Amino acid sequence: MIWNSASDFFAMGGYGTYVWGAYVVTAACMAIEPILVALRHRRVRRELAAEEERR
Amino acid sequence: MSTTFAVLVGRDLRLAARRRIDAALPIAFFTVAISLFPLGVGPEPQTLRQIAPGVVWVAALLAAMLSVTQLYATDLADGSLEQMLLVPDARLAIAAAKAASHWLVTGLPLVVAAPVFGVMFDLSREAIAALVASLVLGTPVLSLLGGLGAALTLGLRSGAVLLILIIVPLCIPALIFGAGAVAAVDAGQSARGHYSLLGAVLIFTAVLAPLATAAALRIATE
Amino acid sequence: MTTTSSRLRLYRFASPATFYPLAGKLVPWFAAVAAILAAWGLWLGMLRAPTDATQGDAYRIIFIHVPAAWMSMLLYVVMAFWAAIGWAFNARLASVVARAIAPTGAMFTFLALWTGALWGKPTWGTWWVWDARLTSELILLFLYAGYLALVSAIDEPRRADRAGALLAIVGSVNVPIIYFSVVWWNTLHQGASVSPAAAPKMAAIMLQAMLLMTLAFWAYAFAVIFVRARAIALERDNAASWAGAAVGRTPAQTEATT
Repeated sequence: MIWNSASDFFAMGGYGTYVWGAYVVTAACMAIEPILVALRHRRVRRELAAEEERR
Repeated sequence: MSTTFAVLVGRDLRLAARRRIDAALPIAFFTVAISLFPLGVGPEPQTLRQIAPGVVWVAALLAAMLSVTQLYATDLADGSLEQMLLVPDARLAIAAAKAASHWLVTGLPLVVAAPVFGVMFDLSREAIAALVASLVLGTPVLSLLGGLGAALTLGLRSGAVLLILIIVPLCIPALIFGAGAVAAVDAGQSARGHYSLLGAVLIFTAVLAPLATAAALRIATE
Repeated sequence: MTTTSSRLRLYRFASPATFYPLAGKLVPWFAAVAAILAAWGLWLGMLRAPTDATQGDAYRIIFIHVPAAWMSMLLYVVMAFWAAIGWAFNARLASVVARAIAPTGAMFTFLALWTGALWGKPTWGTWWVWDARLTSELILLFLYAGYLALVSAIDEPRRADRAGALLAIVGSVNVPIIYFSVVWWNTLHQGASVSPAAAPKMAAIMLQAMLLMTLAFWAYAFAVIFVRARAIALERDNAASWAGAAVGRTPAQTEATT
């Protein structure tokens, strides 16, 4: 570990806003996208299952 | 196939002659769009001279894209496109003919009118010559790529805006080399590299775009 | 005899009925690989790699910027490839996969631009520079947007697939030309713009972290694209017997999450 403390880590040598701005948005996108896709899949399965019931 | 080509071009030109106002719309748009820039950035001649190549080229690009939906739309609406496609192996000739007539009706007037706009932007004589030369090489590329876009978006509601979105990225090399040629001449340098590259883009597009457009016509109508 | 039967066995995977359960089994593995590689890569890149002499700690954005950029470009080509296969062989599953790739590719392109801007501000002084790489990345975003717009605008699925395939192929052919023209444009106007600092001299540990993150993004892409492809396949084939079986045969408790 090259950081001496947690606050050093978050400060990123003064560039904290930029580095964390980049990482947070990336993490958010890569968390939201799988959720949206999974929800889409689940919705289709539910609709299909409902149709199968009716048949 | 060349007779089909000639017949179709002749037909489109005659149709354009009958609807002269519609045919003049692209160049009217071009004029208005170009005139907006001095109003927007100020009349300082030095600035205008610098932005002129880019402004003229972007306006040409937009004018071409806005007018290209008409290429197939009227023929699709009255059923003549279907008739044309019934002729065996006609797709390639149709694609090439549509691009050619679009250039004759929209691109060529732009080339002819370019010196006027060059003067409006205080370009030197050499720069105006370069502008005309770059447009001669570049506007056919715009017509060819526009034709591809029109065939891909045939009959779709979203029409012109969708076409602009999908085709404009492909026009960027022509824009860069074309406007760059004029800027180079304006700066006193040789534009030969630009012309060669623009010429290469033209050859590449002229050979491949009609093939792609023919495929797009098939996709859109089968 | 063996050649025909093995080829036939391979063609099984072209059927949505086979793809659907197979993809479903693979998704958790890809997700796990993505998580492990990302954790390892981030540990190396954020906690172990030394601070750069010129750029300070701002350079650490590289560990997500470069993988995102690479993925954005790779996915475009892969998307065009599968779209072309779907068009040439009338293989609907291939077209489904191509459609599934597009949104993820566009997302990575956006992330490459976003992280690029945030890296640019502290290092070059402005949020945006019209350098060759960032400008090409922006044009790539337009290409993705064009593809997505075109396929959404066409209601009939097969026409949408084929038109999209043609556009993606045309786009792929043009990407080298566009990139070359942008590099040309950029070198000509070099005097006007600030030349962005090159990536820092890469210590081995930085390269390792970047590679791990790229592989992590790659695995992530597989997982998300497979789930999306499953959803699209179901949406399209909802009348097919395999779809009903896929939904009915697997009770809620086993395949609930993906």
